[in-house]
This record gives sequence, C-alpha cells and structure tokens, in this order.
Amino acid sequence: MTADRARIIRLGVAFALLIAAVYVFGWYIPQFYEQGTTYLWAEALYIGVAAMGLNLLTGYNGQVSIGHGAFFGLGMYTTAILMQSHDWSFTETLPVVAALSFGVGVLVGFPALRVKGLYLALVTLGLAVLFPQLTNRFVPHDLCKTCGTSQVGELRRVKLLPPSWTPTFIKHPDQWAYYATLTIAVIGIVALFLIVRSRFGRALIAVRDHEAAAETVGINVARVKVIAFATSALYAGVAGSCFVLVKRLATASSVSVFQLSIEFLVAVVIGGTATVVGPLVGGIIVVFSGRWISESFPSTILFWHINDSVKNLLSPAIFGIGLILLMYVLPDGIVGGGRRIVNSRLRSLRRGKTSPAST
Amino acid sequence: MALFLTQLMNGIGSGAVYASIALALVLVFRTTGILNFAQGEMALYSTYLVWFFTQRSVPVWIAILLAMIISFIGGAAIERILIRPVEQASPLVLVIVTIGMFLAINSIAQVQFGNDIKILPRAYPNKTWLPGGVQISSDTLVLVGVLLAECLILYLLLNRTRIGLAFRAVASNPESSRLVGVPVGRMLMLGWAMAAAIGALAGALVIAPVGLQGASMQEILVYSFAAAALGGFDSPLGAVVAGLIVGVAGTLTTQYLHAVHDIELVVPFGLILLVLLVRPSGLFGSRRVERV
Repeated sequence: MTADRARIIRLGVAFALLIAAVYVFGWYIPQFYEQGTTYLWAEALYIGVAAMGLNLLTGYNGQVSIGHGAFFGLGMYTTAILMQSHDWSFTETLPVVAALSFGVGVLVGFPALRVKGLYLALVTLGLAVLFPQLTNRFVPHDLCKTCGTSQVGELRRVKLLPPSWTPTFIKHPDQWAYYATLTIAVIGIVALFLIVRSRFGRALIAVRDHEAAAETVGINVARVKVIAFATSALYAGVAGSCFVLVKRLATASSVSVFQLSIEFLVAVVIGGTATVVGPLVGGIIVVFSGRWISESFPSTILFWHINDSVKNLLSPAIFGIGLILLMYVLPDGIVGGGRRIVNSRLRSLRRGKTSPAST
Repeated sequence: MALFLTQLMNGIGSGAVYASIALALVLVFRTTGILNFAQGEMALYSTYLVWFFTQRSVPVWIAILLAMIISFIGGAAIERILIRPVEQASPLVLVIVTIGMFLAINSIAQVQFGNDIKILPRAYPNKTWLPGGVQISSDTLVLVGVLLAECLILYLLLNRTRIGLAFRAVASNPESSRLVGVPVGRMLMLGWAMAAAIGALAGALVIAPVGLQGASMQEILVYSFAAAALGGFDSPLGAVVAGLIVGVAGTLTTQYLHAVHDIELVVPFGLILLVLLVRPSGLFGSRRVERV
C-alpha cells in the first residue's frame, strides 16, 4: 500500500519536474533571455554533453581521461572547416563529426587498453597537449583573413542563421544555436539512459568494479573499454560542433584544450559520477559560477576594496575553493549526493511511520 | 658534433627541471597516492615568495632558502588541512581537490603579488663556456648540480636515517607501519613538505632567466607529468632519468627533426606512449599483481 503510494508520489514529482524543465529549457530561456545569456546557456549545455560522454568513460567505466578536450577540438574543427570552406550546413556536419570522433576514439582507445589509472590520465593529457600543435601545423590559417593563429575564422553570418526547415519560433542565430545544442543534449541524455540500463551498460560497470572478475563471467573487457572510449569521444566531438555555432569560430590553444578537458572532468564530478543527469548539472555550474562570482561577489570585504580586475583574478580562487569544499561535503557530487540524502530521509520517514504499527 | 653536444647539454638543463618537479610528484604519489595537479602552482607561489623577499633586499640565495622553508611548512600544512579529510575518498575526488588547489593557488598568487611579469635577480652569474666548441651555460650547470644535490640528500635521508626508514615503510604499507608504531600522518606530511621545498628550489632557479608570471609553471608541469609517467610514478630514480630523457628528446627533436617543426611535443609524448605500451607502469615503476 504505502510502497505503491510512495511510487505514485515519486512519479508525480518526476513528471512535474519534467514539465517544468521542458518549459524552462525549451521555451523560457531561448525566448525571454537576452542573446548573451542564451549563448551562455547553450555553452553550459555543450559542456554538459561532453561531460556526459566523459561520465560514461570515467563514471561508469572507471577510465580517467584528462584529454577529451582534444576530441572536442576535433569536432569543432571538422564542423568549422566543412561549414566555412565547403559550404555545408551545421546539421550535415554532425554525422561526419560523430563518425570521425568515434573512429579516432577507437584508434586511441586501443593503446589505452594497456595503460590504467593515472598512466591513462597522463596519456590522454598528452592528447590534449598535442592537439593544438597539430591544428596549428596542419589547418591552414587563411580560411579567414582577420583572425589570428590557430583559429579557423569567424563563420559568415549567413551560415549561423537558422535553416529554413526550423519552426518559426527559432528566429535568431542565438536561438538556433541554443535549440540545436538542446536537441543534442536531449538525445545524448536519452541515449545515455538507455546505454546505462542495457547489457552493455552493466558490462561497463562490471569492468569498472572488477576487471578480472568481469572477464571470468565472459565479458569481452577489451571491446567494452574501447567502445566506451569511442562513445565518449563521440559525445565530446559533437559537443565541439555545437561550440562552433555558439562561439562562431574554431580555436585551439594548449591552454584552452587542457582547460576544457579539466572542465569536463570537473563537471562530471561536481554533478555526480555515474549519474545520468549529473554532468549536465555540473556543466551548468561550471559555466555559470564565473558569471555569478563576478556579478554577486561583494566589492568590499572589511577594509579590502576589490576592483573588477582583482575580481577577475580572484574568481578561479573562489571556484577552486568551492570545488574543494564541495568534495568534502558531497564527494559523490550534487546529483549523486542529493539522491543519497533524499533517499535516506525518505527511509527514515517511512521507518518513523511504520515502526509503531509493526511493534 | 659540437652542435649535437650543445643541444644535448641544453636538453639536460631543462630535463633537470622536469626531473626535479617529477621527483616532487613522485614523493607525493608514493606517500599519499595522489597525482598532484597543484605541484606546479605550489612551486609558482614559492617563486613569488622568492621575488617578494628579494624586493626587500634579501640576498637571493637566502631568499630561496627562506622560500624553501616556508614551502616545506606550507606543504605539510596543505597535506594536514586539505588532503587529510579526503584521504580515503576515491582517486577522482582527490584529483578534483588538487585541481581546486591548482586554481586557487594560481589566482591567489596573482591577486597577492600582482599579475605583471616579475623579474627575479639571478642567483649566480650568467656565463657560457665553450670547451671544444660545445656551449655550456651556467644555467645548465646549476640546474644539474641542484638536481644531483637533491638526489643525494633524498638518498641519504631515505636510506640512511630512521625517519627515512619510517617514510619508506609508510610508502610501502601504511596499515602495517601504523601497527608497528610509525607516525603515518607525520610521514605523509613530510612527503608533501619535501615535495613543496623541491618545487620551490626548482621554480626559483628555472624562472629567474625568463621572468615570472601566472602561467610560468604550467608547461613545465605537463613535461614533468610526462616524465613521472615515463619513469613510473612510484620510482624517484625513474623520475630523474625520465625527466632528463624528456628534456633531451625535446631539444634534439627541435634541432634535428624539421618534419616535426611546430609539433615538437609529438616526440616526448610519442616516446611515452611507446614505453607505456611495452611497460604499462613506466620504466622503473613496480608492477601490481591483482587477485580475483
């Protein structure tokens, strides 16, 4: 009886949350926010998409990578070059990006089989450091005249306008960028949900928890790990394609690729490793924390006056300290930790109600 | 030939820096099992301290010594205050904590000391010798000398003293060491403290010729990570050898392989990938056997 009612309540709450999320993400943000904010939300979403893929690899499969910025960059450059020099539309580039980043993911995933844990993290770090040098060397800069080195130029405005087949409420480039990213994020999250609950998803977790034991029950460990790597690369690559629509250019420096890789990992962990929606929440926090700090941080603490340039310098410090504190309080992330707390509350509530009856 | 030897010497010079930072990484990894992303930024902060002292007309070597002492204490404090509470957490959580430290220390240093480029006075005269056409700069000699001194001191400390014995016991098996009365916590602090002091010294020496700014240590950290992985994360000897290999490989490829112009990093990282494919725990790292 009570279990049924609890389930109905839970379903009802989930349904209400879903409706609210559809309204806020699908209508309110792109229609009522100004252009800059809409772009910022789109950025949060594509960081979230890349983090989702990384979560499949790190959270569910236990392989830590700090090089997924390279796959992100691969997607970014592929889309930008196809759109800029070959006059493709954004949506046409997506299948190419997906196939290419999956393929490169397989290629990298095979040698990654040999190395584990921190060594793997370091090999992927090499990937993040190498990628910008490769683009610097092999991508012609003259795709645009005005932009500096290691950038594939500003995309012409025409290509950023929403294509003709989109519904009429998508009018501006920022809305198109947002809705495209949102669609990809939704597809990504549904796919992740299905993957995790499939036979393959169980195999991922088994390999993470005990590789040798997983092998003894007939799981092809090598195949599982390589596919996990390639799938996460695919997510990162497609997220990189969205970057092109949002930032209107493609760029890679050794600092930016490394920072992106770290941002993905941070988004995974603060959202909640091995949770489906966690990385998306993490992506939103990573993107908006900087803005929140610069807007609402007090400009005087006691007698210390903080001007804007100091505030900019200080914002990574506040983010870093916040990150450390979060790890102390919720080591399993916001979604993971939140779920744990709610569950234990519910359990103690239920016990409080049923215990007099049972005694 | 002279050109080759000159580049070899340059490589050894920069390799000595990577080796020092890699040594610091290994000390932290051996004791607390953490890949310390903040190692470079800790060294950066120490270097800012050196600059701060020299601004107040403290002689350079004494400034470096002071910075090393403060870093030693600071390293121990970081272990005790920031790392100890999450000691038992998953490796991923620890990685995130050190990334948080990385961001925090870097930006605090820039807020505290200003984000313009600082010029440090040299701790020794800048000279170049030419024995047989081979250029040897005083930078190379000092960096290599400091690396050798560090190795010697660490070797004596770890292998010839009771503290060193306790330290090695904790590194190999903390549980059993605690049972036989080794103060495990203090040894972990010692590992972090020594790493911070080594980083301070390496940072002060390597940054002096090029000027100090917020991003000074980041590239060095990447190379040092590479060196630590190549040598095997739990081997101090491996860190030193691999640091030198990475440094030499870097300068020699820049000089001789024009095909990899602008993509010099392909070589050290390609090398590392190859080595790790053959020996997954690095050149000198110990293998783990897993039981089911």
